[in-house]
Amino acid sequence: MKALQRKLLRELMRLKGQMLAVAAVVACGISVFVSMSSVKYSLEASRQRYYNRFRFADVFVQVKRAPEFYRETVSRIPGVASVSTRITADVTLDVPGLDEPASARLVSIPDYRTPALNDLFLKKGRYIEPGKPEEVIASKPFLEANHLAPGDRISAVINGRKRNLLIVGMGLSPEYIYEVQPGSFFPDKRRFGVFWMGRRSLESALDMSGAFNDMSLTLAHGASEKDVIMRLDNLFKRYGSLGAYGRSEHLSDRFIVDEIKQVGIQITFLPVVFLAVAVFLLNIVLRRIVATQRDQIAVLKAMGYSNEDVGLHYLGFAMIPTAFGAVVGTLLGAWLGRGLMNIYAEFYNFAELVYYFRFEDVALSVLLSFAAAIIGALGAVRSAVRLPPAEAMRPDSPVLYKPGIFDRESLRKKIPVSLRIIVRNLERRPWKAALSVLMISLSVAILIAGRYTYDSLDRMVQVEFNEKHREDVTVIFNNPMPPSVRFNIASLNGVVEHEYYREEPVKMSFGHRVRRQSIKGMESAEGLQRLVDKANRQLTLPPEGVLLTSTLATLLGVKPGDKLQVDFLQGRQLHRELFVSGTIDEILGLSAYMNLGALNRLAGDGGALNAAYLRLDPAKAGKLYTTFKGMPGVSGIMMLKAMKQSFDDLIAQSMNTSTLILTSFACILAFAVVYNGARISLSERARELTSLRVLGMTKGEISFILLGEQALLTMAAVPVGFLIGIGLSALLARALSSELYRLPLVFSSFNFLFAFVVIVLVSVVSAVLVRRRLTALDLVEVLKTRE
Amino acid sequence: MLLIPISPIPDNPLDRGQHIEVLRITDLSKSYTMGEVRVDALKHISLEFHAGELAVLLGASGSGKSTLLNIIGGLDVPSSGKLFFHGREITAATEAELTAYRRRSIGFVFQFYNLISSLSALENVQLVTEIADNPMNAEEALRLVGLGDRLNHFPAQLSGGEQQRVAIARAVAKRPELLLCDEPTGALDFQTGKLVLDVIEKVNRELGTTTLVITHNASIAGMADRVVRLRSGELSEDRRNITRMSPSELVW
Repeated sequence: MKALQRKLLRELMRLKGQMLAVAAVVACGISVFVSMSSVKYSLEASRQRYYNRFRFADVFVQVKRAPEFYRETVSRIPGVASVSTRITADVTLDVPGLDEPASARLVSIPDYRTPALNDLFLKKGRYIEPGKPEEVIASKPFLEANHLAPGDRISAVINGRKRNLLIVGMGLSPEYIYEVQPGSFFPDKRRFGVFWMGRRSLESALDMSGAFNDMSLTLAHGASEKDVIMRLDNLFKRYGSLGAYGRSEHLSDRFIVDEIKQVGIQITFLPVVFLAVAVFLLNIVLRRIVATQRDQIAVLKAMGYSNEDVGLHYLGFAMIPTAFGAVVGTLLGAWLGRGLMNIYAEFYNFAELVYYFRFEDVALSVLLSFAAAIIGALGAVRSAVRLPPAEAMRPDSPVLYKPGIFDRESLRKKIPVSLRIIVRNLERRPWKAALSVLMISLSVAILIAGRYTYDSLDRMVQVEFNEKHREDVTVIFNNPMPPSVRFNIASLNGVVEHEYYREEPVKMSFGHRVRRQSIKGMESAEGLQRLVDKANRQLTLPPEGVLLTSTLATLLGVKPGDKLQVDFLQGRQLHRELFVSGTIDEILGLSAYMNLGALNRLAGDGGALNAAYLRLDPAKAGKLYTTFKGMPGVSGIMMLKAMKQSFDDLIAQSMNTSTLILTSFACILAFAVVYNGARISLSERARELTSLRVLGMTKGEISFILLGEQALLTMAAVPVGFLIGIGLSALLARALSSELYRLPLVFSSFNFLFAFVVIVLVSVVSAVLVRRRLTALDLVEVLKTRE
Repeated sequence: MLLIPISPIPDNPLDRGQHIEVLRITDLSKSYTMGEVRVDALKHISLEFHAGELAVLLGASGSGKSTLLNIIGGLDVPSSGKLFFHGREITAATEAELTAYRRRSIGFVFQFYNLISSLSALENVQLVTEIADNPMNAEEALRLVGLGDRLNHFPAQLSGGEQQRVAIARAVAKRPELLLCDEPTGALDFQTGKLVLDVIEKVNRELGTTTLVITHNASIAGMADRVVRLRSGELSEDRRNITRMSPSELVW
């Protein structure tokens, strides 16, 4: 090894605290980049592979009941590559070991062969055998959550008749990567599953022979999805179609696409912050190294080392810790990525969720970190190169101090000398002070933004599960029921409160903008279900007109007072005009609310009800559950508490992980900035401070001068960090929001307190470390050596 | 690239400095501004130095002697005037040519030794031998200055005199044609200072290296072939000693 390289390594070792801090910041940034990039790619690739391998359809349409020969008709539509028809039904289940009723979606599969589209991945067991109508394949998450396996039996109420089903296989389908009950947002694996059943057996159970109610198709290359959808809508309008839709409106696919998009946002945002801080740290650390080694630079040049030699030598001070950080960050990123994929595997049911760790991501991350190192080192290296050797021999000329604002005669007497030194030092280099404040505040901001998602989801749970919904169960009817159904429900022993709603699928249009949307007709917004917005404010239900989710209003381009064109998709399929009475800024989904009576009048019928919200007497709930399990005419039961529980379990777990990661990264960031700042101050001012010691100041007094400056910078950074954190959270909220959900911008006071405490703790730790060095300064040595 | 002719080093010490002109300075001036003050460090200096010569440049602090040394060493450029090394004009050299000049032909010894504290004695010397064209063995150079047993000591483990001897070993290890010493005893006590001068004299005598020693200490002048005195940036004296004293005979 060359002597110059040895010098580099030894000096890096001497500065290991500072260098490790730089490396740690780089490692954080790179690990986020590498893990998120590989997760994003893995999700995309797994999705694509899954869809290709199991022939996920491009377009979907549901009808009430249409004759089978339409399969032929549709296959002749230009642009359609293949068509398959199915029968689906939502039913209630009696799961062994589960008191409450569960729901299932039954999907027909061909009796003799595997499905042509939306094929099944058989994880365990076997395919159904023809002529055995009780055989079903059940979805993996449901079976696992209920500790069921092929060979077990389960009973379901299909078309009013109780059937005993035999589970023969455990399967997964590209249609249900995100498996939720229709009408729900969050998975509840125990109480909802998908069952695949022979077509023949389902046909006879539902009296659907020669007919279908669900069609999927794939498009030929280059075909227009929009044209095909238009044709399908024309064909199936009279068969009760609610409109055909492409993959982009398929709930499961939308969740995954949104997830991939969100991961993409994190790839850009976090690493940029970390690498920016790394650039800053390298800049200040290297400038200091070059400043203290002026004479060495001169000697090297006097010996005949060229400017390039000297420049590369000092660049090494940036490259080596960065390279170290990049290596650690890459390894950490690979590990984190794998961990994240395991969390995704809990949410999303892929046939195989393969974790791809790509060379490209590593190469790009190395490139990015080296770019950061070079940018950070540039100023210092340039000054080392430009330093004329003869000038470098001479000590740096003393810095010019000017009287600052605190030096006015009146103030001077009131401020002790030590404080004046602190203030003057900050005043002398206001940009450096401002940059230090900014960097510390960035770590505060990451702490705030990291916990913001936590607060936001907390608010989401609060609004959705406590404020908006106060029922115990939602009973969803198979078919629209006449208003008299309330007498049947009211007669059930144990129902304390009951409330109904109507859900009417319509096509809403305003100008050229059209959306398929269902209007929810509510009896009241003060009872079991209420209207609560993102900010947790309760709204009243307007007696006339429709109340739209703000996002929906924006999508349609309407404002309160505008008139919407409404086409009913079911019943008499009337065309009506409807005025927008207001908007509500909701967290989940897109909704349109109307007073039930007003909706009934608009639909022009005697009124219909689709579901009931029930509050139950806890003592009698068990008996009621048994009743529900066998109740005909019910397609699904949703339990609010169970949904909340499963949401908490799933979301909280992943949320805690990501908050923990972000918090530790923010701590590393804060420590790196504060510690390096103090170390550099110490190096710059060791002589001055030791001189003060020689003059009779105590260790405490000189510590106050040095650490007081850092404390002042940190305190100034806290409010700035709060503001940046709020801004960052608002950006995150915007970037992460979609049609599916919008994160409310809420901050608990605990969030701010937490960030404050963390930053104070980090500062105290670095102060203790620096103070140890400060008090260990050798009075004689420091004064002897030439600055 | 400035091609520096490698001149034959005269073997006979008696011939030393008589024939070959190594360095010629003509009408050299240097002024610079320090803060708001303009300083004329050197005013119209003209001088020649010859191969194998040991010259002492005397002058009080601020007389311009360090500035002159820096210009000779290619660390600084004059405001006007010319400097020739073996007939080549150094003052017209590019940055890269100056680097090559320092790398091949010049050895520096500084008042504060300027050793790299993170490198051992041996490594400090290797710093030079690694980039020189025809260097001595680094250990040999350290043995030459009497530090054969201190090879792996770090600067902090060496006394001031030892550090300065490492610096001399570092300077001579590349077999420079010109050894420039800036107040080599300035930071040392009397006894140690004499030891260091002994080494410089030995290098000059045994290797025949043209040597310029800058000092404000007039007593050192006795060891030189030639004494040049600067005062306020001007040449005030240029004389030749009839006999050279051994550094051990010096008293101050």
